[in-house]
Amino acid sequence: MPCPYDDRFDGDDREMTVIARETLSFFFTFFQRESGLVLDESKTYLIESRLDPLVRAEGLSSIDELRKRIQQETSPVLKKKVIEAMTTNETSFFRDITPFTVLKTTVIPEVVKANQKSRRLRIWSVACSTGQEPYSLAMVVAELAPELQGWDVRILGTDIADKVLDRAQAGVYTQHEVQRGLSVAYLMRFFAQQGDEWAVKPEVKHFVQFRQFNLLTDFSSLGTFDVIFLRNVLIYFDNATKKQILDRMGHALSPGGTLFLGGTETPIGITDQWVRVKLDQGICYKKQRSA
Amino acid sequence: MKVLIVDDFGSIRKILGQMLRQMGHETIEAIHGKDAMAKLEVHPDIGLIMLDWDMPEMNGIQVLEALKLLRDKMAQRPTVVMVTTNNQMEKIVHAMTKGANEYIMKPFTKEILEEKLALLGITGGSRA
Repeated sequence: MPCPYDDRFDGDDREMTVIARETLSFFFTFFQRESGLVLDESKTYLIESRLDPLVRAEGLSSIDELRKRIQQETSPVLKKKVIEAMTTNETSFFRDITPFTVLKTTVIPEVVKANQKSRRLRIWSVACSTGQEPYSLAMVVAELAPELQGWDVRILGTDIADKVLDRAQAGVYTQHEVQRGLSVAYLMRFFAQQGDEWAVKPEVKHFVQFRQFNLLTDFSSLGTFDVIFLRNVLIYFDNATKKQILDRMGHALSPGGTLFLGGTETPIGITDQWVRVKLDQGICYKKQRSA
Repeated sequence: MKVLIVDDFGSIRKILGQMLRQMGHETIEAIHGKDAMAKLEVHPDIGLIMLDWDMPEMNGIQVLEALKLLRDKMAQRPTVVMVTTNNQMEKIVHAMTKGANEYIMKPFTKEILEEKLALLGITGGSRA
């Protein structure tokens, strides 16, 4: 699967300015330190594409000037804007379909059996951007309403960028967005039209909470989860950071819990804490018993 | 898969045709509903219809109604995806009640087309 960050710029043939080597090195270090994002010369175009709009919005003349401003300013506001510009990702509902099918047909029924006593289901959607993934999870949950009657179900969506979380929280999408991966049957059932936009109905929305969260910080305040969707996130980190995140995900997962990664991601060769499990057509991961 | 593209706008037929052929499908075009019904008679193996709503001669809803009568006689029941500028919820519900399987609102992108077809189990040149 191609890098989703790159997808967004397909066909974009705007002319870009040349960035000074010093500025590029600064941003490589900056993104690695602030968000764990690993970039190199092959991602120069991405840096330009993502930061150019911010340069214009801030009334600056170039990305080099943006770098100088960050170095001079003590306020975290500009830094935050730069991180948001770089990490925000266009996404779709039910991305890749299969993980959601597996969740519905196998994983949630397993949790329903295992958690009969607590009647509690917790799902974490990591790096949820504008909310399409947590709302897709909530639609799956809403479809299983008869099985989950009387259950305490909560879905947590986290992202490093505040700006996308405001949009996620609003749960209002454009016509283009509701056509990305969403079947018309779900659109009719779970969305209400508001002029040109489409709002997620309260019956889905009430399952989901959003929170700003940096994956490089401590997870313990988030509690434990039965299912974690950590999809298309690890690809942006180096192996040491991947290992650190995967190991800590192990602690955030309830015993017997399930981890979903992106189609091109694997813990194999990074950490031996996880076992690959094939469920129907999908792949997910469980913690090693000894881990 | 053999796909019938029904739209009175040549530009839409052209772009949809390009996208679908790139995905490995074979395409046939019809300029309105009446033409579509004629093409279906000649090509009973059409598996997918991309159907516009507002067209002269016979509109998309009339095609859905005619298909309902015809479906029992056909070798395979073609899947129907509406592709239309009608973007009101009541219109969507109406088309789905009349027998459409999916609904794409114009304007759309190749990603939307691919993801909608994938939801119907249609990938590459075949049905999964």
